[in-house]
Amino acid sequence: MAGLLEGKRILITGVITDASIAFHAAKIAQEQGAEVVLTAFGRVRLVERIADRLPKKAPVIELDVTNSEHLHGLAEQVREHVDGLDGVVHSIGFAPESCLGGDFLEAPWEDVSNALEISAYSLKSLTTACLPLMSEGGSIVGMDFDARVAWPAYDWMGVAKAALESTSRYLARELGPKGVRVNLVSAGPVRTMAAKSIPGFKGLEDTWGERAPLGWDVEDPTPVGRSVCALLSDWLPKTTGSMVMADGGFHAVGA
Amino acid sequence: MQHTAAIPEALPERNRGLDVSKEGITVANEEITQGLAGIVEEVAGVDADDVSTEKSFVDDLDIDSLSMVEIAVQAEDKFGVKIPDDELANLKTVGDAVDYIAKNA
Repeated sequence: MAGLLEGKRILITGVITDASIAFHAAKIAQEQGAEVVLTAFGRVRLVERIADRLPKKAPVIELDVTNSEHLHGLAEQVREHVDGLDGVVHSIGFAPESCLGGDFLEAPWEDVSNALEISAYSLKSLTTACLPLMSEGGSIVGMDFDARVAWPAYDWMGVAKAALESTSRYLARELGPKGVRVNLVSAGPVRTMAAKSIPGFKGLEDTWGERAPLGWDVEDPTPVGRSVCALLSDWLPKTTGSMVMADGGFHAVGA
Repeated sequence: MQHTAAIPEALPERNRGLDVSKEGITVANEEITQGLAGIVEEVAGVDADDVSTEKSFVDDLDIDSLSMVEIAVQAEDKFGVKIPDDELANLKTVGDAVDYIAKNA
């Protein structure tokens, strides 16, 4: 049986270690037949080493989503490896220290704006940079943490995720006519580099597995990676502007 | 302090002065220290000669957390060892890392 993503060309951002959600999305995508190109935020050498741990070698392109030169040159650099794109994974988020960890009332606007630019606006920047490669339509998938409610410690990163959710809906609206779907995977907590840098996140990890009807393993990024690949595939063809909850069902229960 | 024959005279100057009285410090550990020093130099631009077992990665060598990850990944590839992130947080000094690698490689 052919893989779910046979022949698909996928650009994946956000790999930094082999615990990264993006790494597992890339691994599963390759296993399902996709040709994967990675981007690295700085640390190209590190990401190249991590890329060597994928089932198949994947090229690595340097990309800072706030750097207009990088964005401008992205399509051309991707074209050196693949002749177009069928999917893009946005697994990018950042908030300065002041924005996380419980001092919500004190974070200054410069820091908050930085978090919003990198974590939400960048979905638009990355999408428009890749659009020239998606003339036959395609699927954009972003990584979300349910921002419809307020969490302990997540603070302005939660606000940034709310902005990401809204950005994905507007992008879906803009790009639907071009056959490009834009969706988010709202994941339960996964113990990645990014998660570990959020003070107080551990409290969430502990309750998630108990409350989620399907259970939840914070050490296992595979269910999230699979959900990303499902959205990249042709099997959710009329789904756009949507959030797929890959959280063990946590969002559905009150206690 | 009891020097054992495990430290050959031919080793470069920087590898002397280690606490060789501790059990388990062998030629293998010397090689790990040297290999690790090379990685630290490549990743963080710290002179390999400054990378000795008693040095703290963060406090003495001024290495940030992402550089630590990169050093760990290179060490994994070089020494065939797995350094989980949780374990990485416990490796405060170069000596901690050398001991971990020696034990787990």
